[in-house]
Amino acid sequence: MTLAHGSGGKATQALVQAVFVEAFHNPRLDPLEDGAVLEVPETATNGRPRLAYTTDSFVVSPLFFPGGCIGDLAVNGTVNDLAACGAQPLALSASFIIEEGLALADLRRIAQAMAKAARAAGTEVATGDTKVVQRGKADGCFITTSGVGAVHPGARLSIANARPGDRVIVSGPVGDHGATVMLARGELGISAQVASDTAPLNGLVAALLDEAAAGTHALRDPTRGGLATVLNEVAAASGVGVVLDEAAIPVRTAVRGACELLGIDPLYVACEGRMVAVVAPDLADRALAAMRAHPLGAEATVVGEVTAEPAGMVLEKTAFGGTRVVDMLSGDPLPRIC
Amino acid sequence: MRFVDEYRDPAKARALARQIASLCEPGRTYKLMEVCGGHTHTIYKHGLEAYLPEAVSLVHGPGCPVCVIPMGRVDDAIAIASQPGVTMATFGDLMRVPGRRGSFLDAKAKGADIRMVYSPLDALRLARELPDRQVVFMAIGFETTAPSTAVTVLRAQAEGVRNFSVFCNHVTIIPPLRAILSSAEVALDGFIGPGHVSAVIGCRPYEVIAREHQKPVVVTGFEPLDVLQAVYMLMRQLSERRAAVENQYSRVVSWEGNPAALQVIDQTMELRPSFEWRGLGDIPYSALKLRSRYAAFDAEERFEVPGARVADPRACQCGQVLRGLIQPWQCRVFAKACTPERPIGTCMVSSEGACAAYYNFGRRHRQAQKAGQR
Repeated sequence: MTLAHGSGGKATQALVQAVFVEAFHNPRLDPLEDGAVLEVPETATNGRPRLAYTTDSFVVSPLFFPGGCIGDLAVNGTVNDLAACGAQPLALSASFIIEEGLALADLRRIAQAMAKAARAAGTEVATGDTKVVQRGKADGCFITTSGVGAVHPGARLSIANARPGDRVIVSGPVGDHGATVMLARGELGISAQVASDTAPLNGLVAALLDEAAAGTHALRDPTRGGLATVLNEVAAASGVGVVLDEAAIPVRTAVRGACELLGIDPLYVACEGRMVAVVAPDLADRALAAMRAHPLGAEATVVGEVTAEPAGMVLEKTAFGGTRVVDMLSGDPLPRIC
Repeated sequence: MRFVDEYRDPAKARALARQIASLCEPGRTYKLMEVCGGHTHTIYKHGLEAYLPEAVSLVHGPGCPVCVIPMGRVDDAIAIASQPGVTMATFGDLMRVPGRRGSFLDAKAKGADIRMVYSPLDALRLARELPDRQVVFMAIGFETTAPSTAVTVLRAQAEGVRNFSVFCNHVTIIPPLRAILSSAEVALDGFIGPGHVSAVIGCRPYEVIAREHQKPVVVTGFEPLDVLQAVYMLMRQLSERRAAVENQYSRVVSWEGNPAALQVIDQTMELRPSFEWRGLGDIPYSALKLRSRYAAFDAEERFEVPGARVADPRACQCGQVLRGLIQPWQCRVFAKACTPERPIGTCMVSSEGACAAYYNFGRRHRQAQKAGQR
């Protein structure tokens, strides 16, 4: 194993395919969506509900950063993976691997942040587990959360559902979380006014699906690997192209500045409170309006379009007037940001 | 964003493109070499070739420090890093550069203590934090980064840090350009000169190229309009039958360079009689080593270094790419056996490498795009 296997880019994909899909191979796992959707046996009282089920681990360093900490990140990450399945969270689990020596006050702060984030998402941590390992065997605290959610009845979402003509909408500026954590480590000797965007997106997704479920083809939260990686996954799974308009992609000035200095492309920098929606053209305006009416989608905007060609690739019209390929990352510019 | 957007204005780009086109003489083609990997990255990242007429082509030069490092030096570095008690500090770019038996990334996964740093001073700090370990900084780069290595060595000496050394792979920019021109394999019309290197060495060292080889050189900045303006300045010289050194990047580069930076290089380093360059072979007086009075900080003095020479993989055509003989997509393994995930050649590793830049940004619809813009 190398660190590149944890980057969220090509090496991660190759590892997941070669080891985990190979071992676990089943129709709910194989599409590699943000979560699995489970059909629940029909009952007389509740019809035929669908449940979404997902899990995520958090190893961010540092544990606390402007705008949040590993605790709210762990709750919001799983809530947002459920939201990307079109689901409202019903309950979460939380497992802690804690390193000997972590201050109890820090652990309490983390737990309080998790409780607050769960309340904000309208759910709770219903079960959990705690392990402590020797000093040096973990870095402060690692958290794994899982979640079960009820899928919106109108949702028909898959990263394989994108069609030529669909609009690509992003719910707000990209790269805030990754840039914040990178600068919070203090290794780079630069500082900027940025804060993580960590937030629960289930309310935003409910607003979107209530208005435009029929035209919403795919949802994905652009965490590790950023907007570029998510859209490459959509392009590959749907057998379509995606053409982005660089000038339309919202990036905060401080984030852009930090990325320019470090030679990092904000398209690959993680968000923890943004949703990417692929929406049919006839419903795109309504979808956009519904997202903008929600406080967490006020800066939502159309950033690109799905095309028939080149299948499997993401292109970007640069603000300078050229065109470039936006490939998946093959290395890891920023390990351990979530 | 100020000081960035001004240099990416498409209206100004269109105006420059028209001026460049007007300087093309009918029936003539132009081959300009962008020496620096930073320029290669800019050209592909912004899709700059869309603004160039068909008669003007850009070829990539040997100015990406990761790309020119030979496999033998990578093996030597891994040999040092694998010794007990050694912590190797390196720039992130180098992690995936393949040696004969894998890269730093592979060596790290097998247990070698290899850390990524952003500056040599971070490596020195690491040495202070790890007094029981020998910290070795893997120094690479042209005259751009040599001064910061030099300053770090001087500081280590001043502070009496005894567990710090440098594996010096610094190279110089003028000798490979002369080697390429002397080989006469490729007919170049001019050079888009590197910006950052020139901030240190100034413009004067390029005069030999203009004088002895009659090729124009324009020292150039890294924003897309900088590169486009440099193409215009080169084309203007060619149309006027001139070969001179001009400075497009005067907001950063002075004619005489940075005397303080040159002084610390000279104080701590001297030219090696010869150094192997990937794809270019041995070039005399083209690389730097620590002077003998700083031998205490020289990893080549402190550690057993195999010094083995390793031939480049037969399939890899990095050498021809680095000499401007072929474009990345003309290499027989490009995007097939050689990709950024599994690079065979160094040009596929660094984001400044011609192959990686082309793979990441340019590889689709190149011809269609050029045609569509016209």
